[in-house]
Amino acid sequence: MSLLRLSGVTAFYGAIQALRGVDLEVNEGEIVTLIGANGAGKSTLMMTVCGQPQARDGAIIYDGEDITRLPTHAIMRKRIAQSPEGRRIFPRMTVYENLQMGAEVAGNVDFAALLEQVFSLFPRLKERVHQRGGTLSGGEQQMLSIGRALMSRPRLLLLDEPSLGLAPLVVRQIFGAIRELNRSTGLTVLLVEQNAFQALRLADRGYVLVNGGITMAGKGAELLARPEIRAAYLEGAH
Amino acid sequence: MKSALRDAVLSALVALRPVPVAIAVAAVFVGRLLLLAWRGRSRAAARHANRAFAERLTQAGKYVAPLLLIVALAVPLSGDRYYLHLGILVMTYVMLGWGLNIVVGLAGLLDLGYVAFYAVGAYSYAIISTTYGLGFWTCLPIAGILAAIWGIMLGFPVLRLRGDYLAIVTLAFGEIIRIVITNWVSLTNGPNGISGIPRPTLFGLKFTPAGGPGSFSDFFHLPPSPTWRAVYLYYVILVLALLTNWVTLRLRRLPLGRAWEALREDEVACRSLGINVTVTKLTAFAIGALFGGFAGAFFATRQAFVSPESFTFIESAIVLSIVVLGGLGSQLGVALAALVMIGGFEVFRALADYRMLVFGAALVLIMVLRPRGLVAGRTPTVALGRKREISAELVAQGRG
Repeated sequence: MSLLRLSGVTAFYGAIQALRGVDLEVNEGEIVTLIGANGAGKSTLMMTVCGQPQARDGAIIYDGEDITRLPTHAIMRKRIAQSPEGRRIFPRMTVYENLQMGAEVAGNVDFAALLEQVFSLFPRLKERVHQRGGTLSGGEQQMLSIGRALMSRPRLLLLDEPSLGLAPLVVRQIFGAIRELNRSTGLTVLLVEQNAFQALRLADRGYVLVNGGITMAGKGAELLARPEIRAAYLEGAH
Repeated sequence: MKSALRDAVLSALVALRPVPVAIAVAAVFVGRLLLLAWRGRSRAAARHANRAFAERLTQAGKYVAPLLLIVALAVPLSGDRYYLHLGILVMTYVMLGWGLNIVVGLAGLLDLGYVAFYAVGAYSYAIISTTYGLGFWTCLPIAGILAAIWGIMLGFPVLRLRGDYLAIVTLAFGEIIRIVITNWVSLTNGPNGISGIPRPTLFGLKFTPAGGPGSFSDFFHLPPSPTWRAVYLYYVILVLALLTNWVTLRLRRLPLGRAWEALREDEVACRSLGINVTVTKLTAFAIGALFGGFAGAFFATRQAFVSPESFTFIESAIVLSIVVLGGLGSQLGVALAALVMIGGFEVFRALADYRMLVFGAALVLIMVLRPRGLVAGRTPTVALGRKREISAELVAQGRG
């Protein structure tokens, strides 16, 4: 059963069209990745799911409910969590306070248990719990951003470029954590990535976005094997 | 050619205006010297000194707040009405500072029109009490609520604005309120203001300077004196200010207060966490305005007279300076800054015409030495075990 389904979604920034009739499906318990070049509309797609910008045409169905016209905060309260591009942690608040902000939506139910889950996934955060968010390293900030998203007990986790600007070793750690989460809790993940190789290896299925439209879709391993994908996104990298 | 022209102009200047030229030269000389001396201080040493100072201040902070409170409670013991009136003035600004601190310090919404809510509170009390004959304690909540409603009305159009743009609109809002008050003569009596506003009573006991039946001094068999009213007013504003402080401190620990702080940090992240940014901003404006309205009602009852002149932009500017000078988001800092700004202004009275100059220089000096405000650190709202202050070094300039 699909947890999230986009059909014919278009989005605009003023007069500029960023998404051209995107169809996409994320099934429960899957890791789905969205790859594409700079400016292809990957982040826009993710933000449109969150209602910012709202889709002009088409429908976004989450768990059988049309969320296309809901305001952002209402969407985010339906157990969808996002780790936005550029991490966007609260730099002057402590790690603990950041995680607390994440749990606010879920009404702080099971706060201690969730905190323990996040700490066991990212032990680094436990060491830094009193530190101010802005003093963390890039990788730690990314962990905090994902941890904060997990504090709201999401069913669907949206990850926008978690590998951005991180060392390969840290990227592997973070992708490992995502896989572990997916396996142990059945968390559904929609992952936007430029790092096509890593993302496709991790994902069950993948979509390729070019100029605001989906051009290819398929199993992660299949996409990885396709020559045109290799040529466009993988050659010369990694 | 050019140098010849310059020489000619300079010699003409010296010949025509020797004294101002000499002063200008002296000023540049001394200023340059001071600048060199200032730069001469090693940067690292300066930073180290600053951090040590902050550390000491944090330690002292534990004692400063209770000490200030004790001093504040004891002010009426002096029995000197000059100090009482000064105390009332300072406490009014402490309260305004704490009220604005919610909007600017916690929620990070730069509000240059805070005086509008002060005016709404003052005029609400003035009009309601003179028209319907209601007392201060009945009108106080009404004045606060009316101001809060105006706060929400200001909040709606500026929901999408941030930073400088927000500041301009709030500035205009403050001016609009003042101009409306000046011109709506049938309601506000225009520039002449409203006089004969009732004074506050203590459970129905009046504070008349001459005593007489039904007065405070008569009831308690005390010698009639105008000091009693000053003492009473002082304690009223002290209680109102402490109420503001208490509410703010409680709110900071609640989801709403945390949402304010998160909003100040990153609005987009707030949205992605399911926080209703609209509600969060409007509550910040409303609660900030509520306390501004309370302070306004108090102002009206203290003066027994209100006119538009009391609500000019300079009031907003003073309150905002108190908040910035004290350190955005810091309750103790705001109290200290109000004491320095309002009390300090009185201290410099002996300097007559140079008062503004010295005062301005003092402000500049404080901002140079402590650019993030007097008390710039941020205390986390929650901690496991030991509470650690987030040092001023790590708090962004001009923000909480």
